[in-house]
Parts: sequence; C-alpha cells; structure tokens
Amino acid sequence: MTDREETLAKVTGLIAPFNKKGIKLTEATSFAGDLEWDSLTVMDFVAAIEDEFDILITMNMQAEIETVGQLVDAVEDLRNEG
Amino acid sequence: MNKVETEAWGGTRVDLFSKFDALIAERQALLDTGVRDPFAIVMDKVLSPTLAIIQGKETILLGTYNYMGMTFDPDVIEAGKRALDEYGSGTTGSRVLNGTYQGHKECEQALKDYYGTRHAMVFSTGYQANLGLMSTIAGKDDYIILDADSHASIYDGCALGNAQIVRFRHNSVEDLDKRLGRLPPEGGRLVVLEGVYSMLGDIAPLKEMVAVARKHGAMVAVDEAHGMGFFGANGRGVFEEAGVEDDVDFVIGTFSKSVGTVGGFIVSNHPKFEVLRLVCRPYVFTASLPPSVVATAATSIRKLMQAGAKRAHLWENSRRLHQGLRDLGFRLATEKPESAIIAILLPDQQTTVAMWQALLEQGVYVNMARPPATPAGMFLLRCSLCAEHSSEQVEQILEKFAAAGRATGCIG
Repeated sequence: MTDREETLAKVTGLIAPFNKKGIKLTEATSFAGDLEWDSLTVMDFVAAIEDEFDILITMNMQAEIETVGQLVDAVEDLRNEG
Repeated sequence: MNKVETEAWGGTRVDLFSKFDALIAERQALLDTGVRDPFAIVMDKVLSPTLAIIQGKETILLGTYNYMGMTFDPDVIEAGKRALDEYGSGTTGSRVLNGTYQGHKECEQALKDYYGTRHAMVFSTGYQANLGLMSTIAGKDDYIILDADSHASIYDGCALGNAQIVRFRHNSVEDLDKRLGRLPPEGGRLVVLEGVYSMLGDIAPLKEMVAVARKHGAMVAVDEAHGMGFFGANGRGVFEEAGVEDDVDFVIGTFSKSVGTVGGFIVSNHPKFEVLRLVCRPYVFTASLPPSVVATAATSIRKLMQAGAKRAHLWENSRRLHQGLRDLGFRLATEKPESAIIAILLPDQQTTVAMWQALLEQGVYVNMARPPATPAGMFLLRCSLCAEHSSEQVEQILEKFAAAGRATGCIG
C-alpha cells in the first residue's frame, strides 16, 4: 500500500462509526451532502482524525474539504509539513 | 436549489429567497398547529424590570438577561434624561470623528474604575465588540482558539477576520491543551473563553483554562456578557471569581444585560490597547451610542459597584428556581445553579413550543431556544433571573411552571 492508500484506509475506518446510514464510501463521498453530518458530528470526527494523525485541521481548512478524497489529500499535506 | 423563473424581458432570474424555502415551510407547519410564534413576541407595556403587558396580560419576565434590574433605576433614568436635554438624541457620527462626547469618555472611565484596568473602549453593541476584537487582533498567520459553544458574535468576528480558527470541545481543558500543543511554534495565539455560556447557563473552568492558555504562550480574551454584575468580589465576572484577572488580556462585555441599556466594551491593561480605536472596523465604521445611552450606562456601572445586596438576592433567586424546578421534575441543563440562567431541557420542538405557550398563558415569559443557536441540537426553555424578582414572584413562577408542565405533559 502507498502512503496515500494507507491514509485513505485509516480515514475510511474513522468515518465508519459516524456513518449512521451505511453510505458506501468512495473518494467522492461528500460529508455534508452524502453523509449528512451536522457541525457537531464534524467536530467529533475531525477530533478523531487529528488524534489519529497527530495533526491540526483548522476551521479554515475544514471549510475547503468537502469530500473523503479531499480530506485524504489534506491529511497527507499536513503530515508532510509536520 | 434556487428556483429559476422566466421574466417579462424574456430572460430568467434566480429567486435568491428559494434557499429559505425549507425554513419557511418548517415555520409555517409549526404555526399551523395553532401555537404562537415564539420569536415574535411584542411587549405592549413594560411596567418594571420584571413585569410587562403582553397581549393585554400582565406577565412576569423571566427571559430578559436584565440580571441586576437596572432598567428602571431612578438615578439611571435621571442621567439619561439629563443627557438627552444637554446633548441631544444622537451623535450622528463615528467614535473617531464627531461621535465621541464627554459622556463616552465618562462611560469608559466608569468601566476602567469598575474593572480596575488602564484601558476601556466602548462599542455600539456587545456583538460589535466581539466582531472588532476577533477580526482585528489576529492576522492570517495567527491562531484563534475558541470554545465550540462560543457565542455567534465570536464566530462572526472570526469569519470577518482572516486568522486561522481552531475549535475545542466545550469547557474541555484537556482538549484545549491538546489543540494548543499541536499549533506550529510561529504565529500569535488568542484563546477566547466565556465566563458564562448563555444557552445552558454553565460557567467555564477559567482557572484551569487560563493556566493552560498561558502555558502555551497564548493571549486570553474572556467574554463576561452574562457574568458581569454578580460574579466575583467586585462583580467583574467569572474571571474575577476564578482569580485569573492578572492572566486575562482582554475582557469583553455588554451593557445590554446587567447594565440595563445597550452597548459593548473591551477592557484591557495592554500598553498598546488604544491602537484598536484606529484599526477596529466595527468601532470606526458605525455611529457611536447616543448620549443618553452612555449616560445611563455610566450611572448604572457605578451603581453596580455597590450592589452587594442585589447580588446576594439574585443568587438566592437562582438557587430557589433551580431547586424548585428540579423538585417539580423538570430536566435542567446544569446539576447546580451555576449562573443566573436556568435552562430546561425538553425533548423536541413541539413539546418545547407547547410548554412555552402554556407558560405565557399562565403569565410567565421565558426564552425558547432551538438549533442552531443551541449546542448538540437541544431544545431549551431558558429562564434568566433578575435581582428585582421578589421571593414571592419566584414562588409564583414555580406555581405557573407546575401548572403549565402538567397541562402539556412535560411533568407528571
């Protein structure tokens, strides 16, 4: 597995407990549109991602991230910076 | 999706209001059940800080944030009348142009005396004070770290500026510590806290939070909108009671609660604080408060310094209402009465509106709060006590809650 594939697998695993409707996940799955998460769910999920990768995702960045694929890219970028 | 309509000129236009269709429908469905609109109450007459006439009925006010009951204080009223006579009805100008009168400086002096700070800056509303501070003090390479349950004015101030924004879990010292620890070493940091959180009436563990913020080299701002007047030896707020005055860089407050008029402020000891008057857009690009308002505010603030008896009675009211509602079987947001706000948790919108209306019919006005204003999608009836509520009034309120609660099935 490449680093990106590994990150995708971890992100997918972290989405699972919040995927109440059992939506099938792809990189194009959107958090607001498909998963229908409210702001509180987003906060819990972001905290889980931050803890897993030891990164900080600001609200400014969160506003730009709409899909699973975009999140994986952002996590990769943040890990490479740190 | 916005609806597209064909116009007489042959082109099409998007109705920008279409995005509100779901909200309009939800609201209509609620009103169709026959309830009164909880967000469209009109006070026909106001008799005192605790009594008004609403639709011909004398109603006890239990949702005004008029904590210290200063709105009808004779000295306050007199000061306002005098200022109207001497300075006119309005300044028609910005604080930095023609809108700073002697009264604005006297009001700022009253704040400096009240808070024991070197600087005080009066804004036209508390909302603008937060907009001004958040949008100005932190630039794009700085970080604002805020509580997830922060007031809308704090969030809006962040949105107006361009700092990096990080949220931490409501009142979690551990989460704040963790997030601060992950920030890059470069860039300034401002931790924004509130003494009292107004939705649930809970207070922040400021001693621990301020210590964590300091440990990570952050500046600290505390909003004391709901704490001024009755927390701490001098009534400065929760931060005074927590003993962290020396470690707080900015205190933000409002005149629209304990002070009993309208306006906002920031107080600080920072030596460069005064520069904010030149760079805070919500301070510069709006008209200053009318002379009568700053005169009433200054008089009220000075009287609040000597309001020990009123403070004690307010706390007594808060404890009695909390205990009484609990005994009746209501679910409350806090285990103990932490502030002058007591919030009742209800299961859904329907029940909440029914209970709100039943209370109004009994002659008690409370605030209804619903998402998105509330945390975690809660439906609340929020009661805020006043130092001018008599002990008898609090007993009457409890009787009315009992009757309304039974009529609506909220309690057994």
